[in-house]
Amino acid sequence: MRKNLNVIVAYSIMMGLIILVGIFQSWNIALSIFNLCLISAVMTMGANIQWGYAGLINFGIMGYTALGGLAAVLISVNPVQEAWNAGGLNILSSLFLIIGMVLAVKYVLNKYEKSKVRTYIIATIIISGIIIIRFVSEPGIEAIEEVNPAKTGFLGGFGLPIIFSWVVGALFAGGLAFVIGKVALGLRADYLAIATLLISEIVIAIIKHEDWLTRGVKNVIGLKRPAPYEVNLQQTDWFINLVQKFNSGKLNLISDITERQAALNQYVIEGSSVFVKLCYSGLFLFVVIILLILTQKALYSPWGRMMRAIRDNEEAANAMGKNVVKQHLLIFVLGSAIVGIAGAMLVTQDGLFTPGSYRPMRYTFLIWVMVIVGGSGNNFGAILGGFVVWFLWIEAAPIGMYLVNLTTSGLDDTHSLKVHLIESVPYFRFLMMGLGLLLIMRYRPKGIIPEKIEIK
Amino acid sequence: MVDMDYLNAIILLLNYIFVPGLTYGSQLALGAIFVTLIYGILRFANFATGDMMSFGTMFTILFTWYFQSIGISLGVLPTALLAIPFAVIFMVGYMLLVDKFVFKYYRINKSPPVQLAMVSIGVMFVTQAVVRIIIGPSDRRFFDGEKFLIRAGEFKEITGLNEGLAIKSTQVITIFVTLILVSTLFWFLNKTKTGKSMRAYSDNEDLALLSGIDPKKIVMITWIIAGILATIGGALYGLDKSFKPFTYFNNMLPIFAAAIVGGIGNPFGAFLGGYVIAFSEILLTYAYKKFFMYVLPESMEPDGLIQLLSTDYKFAVSFSILVIVLLYRPSGIFKGKVL
Repeated sequence: MRKNLNVIVAYSIMMGLIILVGIFQSWNIALSIFNLCLISAVMTMGANIQWGYAGLINFGIMGYTALGGLAAVLISVNPVQEAWNAGGLNILSSLFLIIGMVLAVKYVLNKYEKSKVRTYIIATIIISGIIIIRFVSEPGIEAIEEVNPAKTGFLGGFGLPIIFSWVVGALFAGGLAFVIGKVALGLRADYLAIATLLISEIVIAIIKHEDWLTRGVKNVIGLKRPAPYEVNLQQTDWFINLVQKFNSGKLNLISDITERQAALNQYVIEGSSVFVKLCYSGLFLFVVIILLILTQKALYSPWGRMMRAIRDNEEAANAMGKNVVKQHLLIFVLGSAIVGIAGAMLVTQDGLFTPGSYRPMRYTFLIWVMVIVGGSGNNFGAILGGFVVWFLWIEAAPIGMYLVNLTTSGLDDTHSLKVHLIESVPYFRFLMMGLGLLLIMRYRPKGIIPEKIEIK
Repeated sequence: MVDMDYLNAIILLLNYIFVPGLTYGSQLALGAIFVTLIYGILRFANFATGDMMSFGTMFTILFTWYFQSIGISLGVLPTALLAIPFAVIFMVGYMLLVDKFVFKYYRINKSPPVQLAMVSIGVMFVTQAVVRIIIGPSDRRFFDGEKFLIRAGEFKEITGLNEGLAIKSTQVITIFVTLILVSTLFWFLNKTKTGKSMRAYSDNEDLALLSGIDPKKIVMITWIIAGILATIGGALYGLDKSFKPFTYFNNMLPIFAAAIVGGIGNPFGAFLGGYVIAFSEILLTYAYKKFFMYVLPESMEPDGLIQLLSTDYKFAVSFSILVIVLLYRPSGIFKGKVL
């Protein structure tokens, strides 16, 4: 108990802060912060596995998040039959062509010794493959995008419950990570960082511009939900009764019946959105706890010890007969898959997929700030980092506003400096994140909850 | 008539590929040399590159506005050229300040490069916030003076060709300033004593220290050169296109690509890497339909746009090149780490 005291204290303070937001701002805001904190926590766990356990830098978090989101779309949206009729055949044949191309390249790689001729053959296969695929797919893509472009204009998905996408998102992200890992893991740490950052930008470019698959910047809205809809809840008897019971104290104070009914309606409307958010919180919390148990078990297993050994001294671990390359690839895939889950969760919660919103500041660098601030190598630290940083990210604007008002209290309300500062309040969050990261790295380089290695 | 067609085709390529490529390449090259200098001498990948460039550009814009408000201008040349030296002073001051309070600690403790890269992310956040708080996130144009050196219409009238060649004055200024700046830099690195000691320090730190090179001076001069490069590179980009903090942050990626393709740590490689990236982006996303219409006989004229990749994938091209280079020649086209 005592040795975990700092963890318990840190988490209690965090929960206290969220509850304070609930009391002073509203429970709706508090719960939406809490939900995104949970999603951030999943992302940080993914990044922490890679960085904290194995010392791999992955600046491609944005790409895996977007792939998870894509999975949510492809799983939950109903298939667009017309589009499939119009261009499905072309797309499917292009898919087979891609598989054929990959197999051909693999065959050449295995069959022949490394030589210049082999490189040229592979280059020829890839270039001619791309040209053929473009010829095959182009008419299909055009036909698909012409099918009711205002509403669909894409192939749609499989029409399954969106919750499945959490698994599929993990598979997508893991698959991409496998390819990237095969290609880039041999690079030096800072090259790996840059390479993953750039590859994630390529992923986003594809998601943004391949309209037949993702609708691109036209966005996909109105995704199915795993939770009930507010409008339906507001008309269900058991929910109204529940709200009535919950607020009976306040309602009984109102004597007039019509007024009481109006107040009840108000409570039902507020309560419905809180209830929906609570449903999401439950689902997310479930994921976080499962992942936490798994990652903790892994950390203290022989495998976790081996990973730390590889992280701390690669050559020595290699000399002891550990396959460093294979383990790096494994952990790269695992961590990315976890980030993919978070990406699918995020889209599930929002109910919409907006490829234009994936930006490296928000989905890569902010997650890294969370990992570093929380404490890399320690799952509790990483999760706490997700909570603290997301909380500050959201509450930075009110805090910035307060600070601006405090420092410029002597100035007139129309003074140009004050107006300018109030306009730039949203950017104080960048300042806070940057300063926070710099201070933590300088004075507490192991994070708020540092890594603790217990020999069991 | 056939000769005319070929001339038209050449002008077409000049107008849409060569001149824009050379301009964009110069802008990338300056940024890439900045990245490579920091990497070679201070030994970390500086993720604050794009935002430092936008910081310098911001001061260029502020001084331009100030000069415009008191009625100073350079006539046909943009006022920004006059503002750049003042902006450089602020930029270098900011960089030295950041170095003193942030990077110095890790340098003295001999922290691993990864940690310094992570710290540079903190600097990136702070710089981005400062720029947005001071000048705001919106798009700003600060170009004044004569816009075109040659207008497409005039060119057509003079030569009688179908295709016009338009050369913007910012394009000429960009290429001209880049050439002067880069040749001065190479002269400095190769011929002066300070430059040579910088190269020695980059090549082998311990040996350089043993031979009495003052590391403090080397670091300071590196930041000064970096400040000059960042401000001028950023200001030229802003003059030619426009200034928007978010675009500058994004430009960091092709700049990194250019630096690595050229062999990180090697300024000359970075210089050429800028053009490699710029030209491959433009060559692969240009629609060649019109070009083939001129060159090929009428019967063989193409139907499609003859575009290898849609312009949406402009960035993706440079990143793919980078990935290929990293796989086959991790030290870059020109061997890295020989400042």
